[in-house]
Amino acid sequence: MELIVASSIGVLTSVGIYLVLRFRTFPVIVGMSLLTYAVNVFLFASGRLAMNHPPILRDGLVFYADPLPQALVLTAIVISFGMTAVVVVFALGSYLGLGNDKVNDDDVEIDQGRKREEAGR
Amino acid sequence: MSLVLIVLTPFLGALLPGLMVRTGRQTCAVVTLGVTLTALVGLISQAPAVLGGETVIQQIPWMPELGLNLNLMLDGLGLFFAALILGIGVLIIIYGRYYLAREDNMGEFFAYLLLFQGAMVGIVLSDNILVLLVFWELTSLSSFLLIGYWKHLPDGRQGARMALTVTGMGGLAMIGGMLLLGRIVGSYDLSVILENREAIQDSPLYVPALVLILLGCFTKSAQFPFHFWLPHAMAAPTPVSAYLHSATMVKAGIFLLARTWPVLSGTEIYFYLVAGAGLLTMLVGAITALFKDDLKALLAFSTISHLGLIVFLLGTGTDFGALAAVFHILNHAAFKAALFMTAGIVDHEAHTRDIKRLGGLARLMPVTFAIASIAGLAMAGIPLFNGFLSKEMFLEEAAHTEFFGPGLLVPVLATVGALFSAAYSFRYIGHTFLGRVRDDYPAKPHDPGMGMWGPPAFLCVLVLGIGILPGLVEPLVFFVARAVMGTEGQIPEGYHLAIWHGVTPALWMSVVAVLGGLALVLIYRAAAWLWAALHVPRAKSIFDGIIAGAVAASRGVTNGLHDGAFSRYAGVFMAAVLALGVHAWVTGESVAPSRETLPMTAAAIAGWALLVAAALALAVFHRNRLFALILVGILGLMVSLGFVVFSAPDLAMTQILVEVVTIILLLLALNFLPNDTPKETGGLKRAKDIVLAAAGGLATGGLAWQMLRSDFVAPTISDYHLENSYYGGGGTNVVNVILVDFRGFDTFGEIIVLGIAALVIYALTEALLAGPVRAKLYNRRPDKNLAGDRHPLMMVVLTRVIMPLVLLVAIYIFLRGHNMPGGGFIAGLVAAIALVMQYLASGFYWAEARQRYPYHGIIGAGVLIAGLTGIGAWFTGYPFLTSSFTYIHIPPIEEFEVASAMAFDLGVFLTVVGAVMLSLESFARLARRADQRESEHPMDIDPSRVEDRA
Repeated sequence: MELIVASSIGVLTSVGIYLVLRFRTFPVIVGMSLLTYAVNVFLFASGRLAMNHPPILRDGLVFYADPLPQALVLTAIVISFGMTAVVVVFALGSYLGLGNDKVNDDDVEIDQGRKREEAGR
Repeated sequence: MSLVLIVLTPFLGALLPGLMVRTGRQTCAVVTLGVTLTALVGLISQAPAVLGGETVIQQIPWMPELGLNLNLMLDGLGLFFAALILGIGVLIIIYGRYYLAREDNMGEFFAYLLLFQGAMVGIVLSDNILVLLVFWELTSLSSFLLIGYWKHLPDGRQGARMALTVTGMGGLAMIGGMLLLGRIVGSYDLSVILENREAIQDSPLYVPALVLILLGCFTKSAQFPFHFWLPHAMAAPTPVSAYLHSATMVKAGIFLLARTWPVLSGTEIYFYLVAGAGLLTMLVGAITALFKDDLKALLAFSTISHLGLIVFLLGTGTDFGALAAVFHILNHAAFKAALFMTAGIVDHEAHTRDIKRLGGLARLMPVTFAIASIAGLAMAGIPLFNGFLSKEMFLEEAAHTEFFGPGLLVPVLATVGALFSAAYSFRYIGHTFLGRVRDDYPAKPHDPGMGMWGPPAFLCVLVLGIGILPGLVEPLVFFVARAVMGTEGQIPEGYHLAIWHGVTPALWMSVVAVLGGLALVLIYRAAAWLWAALHVPRAKSIFDGIIAGAVAASRGVTNGLHDGAFSRYAGVFMAAVLALGVHAWVTGESVAPSRETLPMTAAAIAGWALLVAAALALAVFHRNRLFALILVGILGLMVSLGFVVFSAPDLAMTQILVEVVTIILLLLALNFLPNDTPKETGGLKRAKDIVLAAAGGLATGGLAWQMLRSDFVAPTISDYHLENSYYGGGGTNVVNVILVDFRGFDTFGEIIVLGIAALVIYALTEALLAGPVRAKLYNRRPDKNLAGDRHPLMMVVLTRVIMPLVLLVAIYIFLRGHNMPGGGFIAGLVAAIALVMQYLASGFYWAEARQRYPYHGIIGAGVLIAGLTGIGAWFTGYPFLTSSFTYIHIPPIEEFEVASAMAFDLGVFLTVVGAVMLSLESFARLARRADQRESEHPMDIDPSRVEDRA
């Protein structure tokens, strides 16, 4: 099971990074959401994995899943919504104000990329 | 009155002038005066103890771990300075009341003045040097506000900025110096530091600490080459100039030199640095002052010169020097404040401060003339005026001081300085008041009312009183001087303050200075011509050049690094984090894997496969944004399921609810944004990104893999939480107890952040709607076909029917949260979704019309309830947010538990509801369009619109 969680974190992170490096606001926002999943799961996993031992106290039970990372991640999930919403309103504002949804101020990098592509052909 | 109250009085009082100014200028001034008088009376109430030889100390722990405590100390030196600050402050307030014009905002002025006063009093009463630094920086900031008080004048703004730059930089240096000093001694308390002279002077850190502290003192006290800010601070209203230059601001540096004198002085480096800078400053200031035509500029440079004199005296390191310095601080404060006030009166009455346009005012303004003459002659150092006494002591000290071996260098320079000092004093009196009465003054000068001449006249009484009968203040001066010298210093035996000390070298130097000064004024034209021909470089242009260079350099660096390409920053950031992580992994140690892994289950593998497939599909198909959202939804669902599998029911519920609102939010955003992402990156760029992304994924995945298989390096605190959750916190759901009890303060901060985020979204939306975007939004046409039935009947009915049910579920989840999975966060999200559904089904306007409380109010109420619950613990004598609980039995309901944490959780609940709703509602607000007419009946199908579209 550990391998499943670790590899999921890895996959979420790498897709998240890839999307954050795109040139438009929407994929960047989606990428950040993916990074948020990855970070939250990582933090949660720092309490180590446990199955069928929720941290709800019951008589006679001694072993429980680590409650502390769970509490921290719970607020992190809610806050991540707030963060996403703020970033989205930035994105909307810049799109509506500027007429495009590019994340880069100038097109230097895009042009360079195109030029390279053309040169490649 | 306790020391803390004395310091706090001006700060608290600073609130009053702004409030009282509405009731009239007179009330405002009287209230301000009352504040300063209160502090002064408080100070006087402590005076008997101090004069009796006691050092009053008050200690309030603040951050004892850092050695930062609000320790205050009142000894002779502190008392002397605090009395000067508050005493002159009283006179300044009276004077300022009559000086300020009707259109000046008096409340603002006096508020700044009191802030400044409080900061100054704080400096002189601090025992802890860290606290002193705080007050020190506060004086820089509040003087910035005072100097720039006339915001409409560019001079004022530039002067204020220059003062802040120079004194602020000095302050930074001083922080370093003070920290070094505290490190040497091992304590940040002045009372301890002052007893460790040997330890400090023997330390290898002595020289750096000394240089840094001196930088702070010299910038504050306008010592050469940092003197140039002071004349530019003249753009301030004259009461400010009078205050800053006589008793405060510039005296802060002097105070600190005096305060640290017992431990820092006496070394060769101290002597050359301090005495040298002082003497040079005195000369530069005096010579420049003579050739200034602006009355206030003349006085400003004279202040620089006199500060140099005092610094020189302290720098000599002798007991006699310290005594003379203390005496001159007192004398200078008296005559300089009076002189500034006369300059202000002349400006006020004649509407000019330009000496070239003045002259002959003696007949028109006899009272002002008398005051200016008395104070001016004191500054010149004429017998029977107080300035004479301390100047004689200065010359006496100079006569016995040698730079670089025996020689006449110091006495000669001191005499030249005193000569110019006499000359500019005579010029101030002569060229302003004497001579023919002119007929071209910009205004008709006459003596002002008593409110303006009273304060300087009072100071003149002091000037004459001290000058004629120095014996009167001798005990005071000796007392303060002893406080400066510390335990080892001694007043020279048999020495008394007196006008006549016999025929000494100092007397001859004095005679030369006065006669030479008089002669210099008589040949002023020739001297001024010579001065102009010399083309002395102006400090301001040098300063401006340095600033321009610094701005250009930082702009170059900033523009080079920040070219606005976010993708590049993000790439650099990722690569840097990766590099750091690799470095840490290679150089650090890791624990060998020791945990047994859990066996895989088929369901888990299926979920994992779905997650990986969705993520990879997202990377490939992200250009189709709607599809991307669906894939994100799958990912969120898988993550929630993961939380279910790994024993985190609270997390699973939170994740899935947040997923719902996030998807709604992104759908709302997609309503405005384009539906597709164009392909604009080249293959190379994409390949680079893929490499970076793969490396990042491998790194985090590998790290997680390593972490999950190894045990905790240090014992976890979770066991404590598990053990105490029920008995200490009264709940069996440990996660919830941690949130509302153990780490309630964190949660409190987090709900505040959430509330702020929602308010930011609201504010940005409002800003968007207030700008040109509004029309664009309002007139836009939807880019895809819309359903003809905007509010489908089935959906409307369904959402309305289930709303009470959903709310009931929310209440249930809320109530059971302390013991079973649930709680304020989750219940808040459930309730928010119930409300959002109404918006979705019945439309924004329908929902808005039925909304009773604004969402901001709900956020505020939530934070308030949570905060009040925390404060409630204070009343039972426990720290903030200590929870308590009890069991209640109300028949016929089963016995249940009531915990104060539940009220806190209610605050969480309300904040979450308010924040989520305010964010989503803001986005919905943007969606308002011209072609959507609002109907009373949201369920109606609108055939006309269907035709429109076709």
